[in-house]
Amino acid sequence: MFVESSASVTGAILAQAKPEVSSGDTAWILASAALVMVMTPALGLFYGGMVRKKNALSTINWSFIMVAVISLQWVLWGYSLAFGPDKGHLIGNLSWFGLSGVGQEPNPDYAGTIPHLAFMIYQGMFAIITPAIVTGAFAERMKFSTFVVFSLIWATIVYDPIAHWVWGVGGWLRGFGVLDFAGGSVVHISAGVSSLAAALAVGRRRGYGQEPMEPHDTTMVVLGAGLLWFGWFGFNAGSALTSGGLATSAFVVTNTAAAAGAVTWMLMSLVFGNKPSVLGMASGAVVGLGAITPASGYVVPGAAIAIGAGAGVFCFLAVRLRSRSRIDDSLDVWGCHGVGGTWGMLATGLFASKAVNPAGADGLFYGNPMQLWIQFVAVAVVWAFAFGLTWIILKVLDATMGLRVKEHEEEIGLDLSQHGEAAYRM
Amino acid sequence: MKKIEAIVRTERLEAVKNALADNGILGLNVTNVIGRGVQKGITYQGRGGQPVTVDMLPKVKLETVVKDRDVDRVVDVIIKAARTGNIGDGKIFIMPVEEVIRLRTGERGEKSL
Repeated sequence: MFVESSASVTGAILAQAKPEVSSGDTAWILASAALVMVMTPALGLFYGGMVRKKNALSTINWSFIMVAVISLQWVLWGYSLAFGPDKGHLIGNLSWFGLSGVGQEPNPDYAGTIPHLAFMIYQGMFAIITPAIVTGAFAERMKFSTFVVFSLIWATIVYDPIAHWVWGVGGWLRGFGVLDFAGGSVVHISAGVSSLAAALAVGRRRGYGQEPMEPHDTTMVVLGAGLLWFGWFGFNAGSALTSGGLATSAFVVTNTAAAAGAVTWMLMSLVFGNKPSVLGMASGAVVGLGAITPASGYVVPGAAIAIGAGAGVFCFLAVRLRSRSRIDDSLDVWGCHGVGGTWGMLATGLFASKAVNPAGADGLFYGNPMQLWIQFVAVAVVWAFAFGLTWIILKVLDATMGLRVKEHEEEIGLDLSQHGEAAYRM
Repeated sequence: MKKIEAIVRTERLEAVKNALADNGILGLNVTNVIGRGVQKGITYQGRGGQPVTVDMLPKVKLETVVKDRDVDRVVDVIIKAARTGNIGDGKIFIMPVEEVIRLRTGERGEKSL
C-alpha cells in the first residue's frame, strides 16, 4: 500500500495463479500489529505523566479506551470506509461492513502475501492510535462522554477518508503520487492539526497561564516514550507489508531518526533552557519517529539523521512558540505531531530514493522536484480538511452535548469527577 | 518541655537527623511539606525550554519534643547541620508542651519523652 511495494507487485503476479500466504510475511505483520497496538497505551503513559495528578487516570484512559472503541468502529464500518471499494476517489463503500468478504485469503490490491484479515487488523491499530494522539490537545477539561462521541465521529469522517485518499485503492492522493509510507499525513498531520482546532474549540484550562500545570510524573513520560519507540518498529517496518529488505531498511531509518530527534531536542533545551531536559529528550525521540514515518520506506540512514534532527529543531521551536501563545494545546500535539508530520512529509519529497524502494519515487535531491510539490499538496489538503472538519464536529458537539466538564469538576480533576476513581490513593 | 519544629531543606534531612541522633535525640517525626518563605521560588524548564517558576517549594518539617534544658543544644545542632547560608534554609519554631503520655505504660511527664 503505502508502498505498493514489492508486496503488491508480487501480489499481482501471484493473483494470476493463486494468492499464496507467506508465513514469514504474515508472522511479521501480526507481530507488527501487536507492536502498534502497544503504542496506544504507551501514548497514555506519555500523556498521563504530563498532566497534573488529579487527571492522570483519565488521561491514560483516553488512550486505553480508544483501543476498545475504535477496534469496534474499525471492524464494523471503519475498515470498509478506508480501504473498501472506492467511491469517487474519496471514500470506500460499505460493502465490507462488518468485515464481510474480508477473510483469510490475501487481497492482492493491498498485500498479496498475507491474509486480508492480517492487513485489516494491522491497519486497525493505526486507526486506533490517531484519535488517541488528539487527546493531548484537550487534556484535563474535556467531558468523557463527549470525548468518546467525538472520537467515533472523528475516526469515521476525518481519519477514514484521509486513509482512503492516501492508501486506499482508487484514493485520489494515492493516484496523485503522494508518498506516505506509514502515516505522516494520515496519522500525524491529521491528529496534530486536528489538535490545534480542538484546543481552540475547547478553550483553555481554567487557570491556564496563572497557575503551574507542570507534568506530575516525568518518569512515566519517559517510559511511555520508550515504549512508543519500541512499538514504532511495527508502525514503520511493518508498513513494508513484507518481512524482507524493505522492512529492515525501514526499521533502521526509524531507529536512526528517533536517535537524532532525541539528541537534537536535548541540545535545543541545553541552548534555550540551559540544562539538558529529559522531557525534551523523550519528546525529541517521539518527534523524530513521527517525522520519519512517511519517509521510512524511501530513505537511507543518512537522510534519517537529517529528518530526525530537523524534527528536533522545528518541533522544539513550534512547542516554544505555542507555549508563549494563549493557545492551550495542552500536551503540544500540534507542535510535535502536526509540525513533525509536516516536516516528514516534505522531507520525503526531498530525500526519497528509488534505490531504497523501486515502488516509490525519487525526491528533489534525486532529481525529481515534482515529488516535493506532490507532497506539499497532500500536506496542505490534509491540514485544511482535518482542521476544518474537527472544528465543525466540535462546534456541533458543543451545542448538543457540551465539550467541557463543569467548573468544579475541572477543579477536583477528571479522575474523580468523570470516573469516581483516583490515580493515586495516597 | 518544648516542641521544636524545624522547616529545613529536603537535602539536609539526613545530616540533621544524624546530628540529632549523635546528640541523643532519637524520637522525631518528619513530614514532606510545601511552603513559601522569602526565597523567590525555583525555576523549572518547560518543554520548549521556557522557564516555569514555582513559588511553593518542597521542604521537610522535623518535629521533636525535648526537655527544657536541651532546647538550646538541640537548636544549635539543627542549625549547624541544616544551614547552607543561602536564602531558603528554613525556620525553627519552639513552643511549649503541656504533657507527654507514653501510650504503652500510661507514664506521664519528661521521663516519657
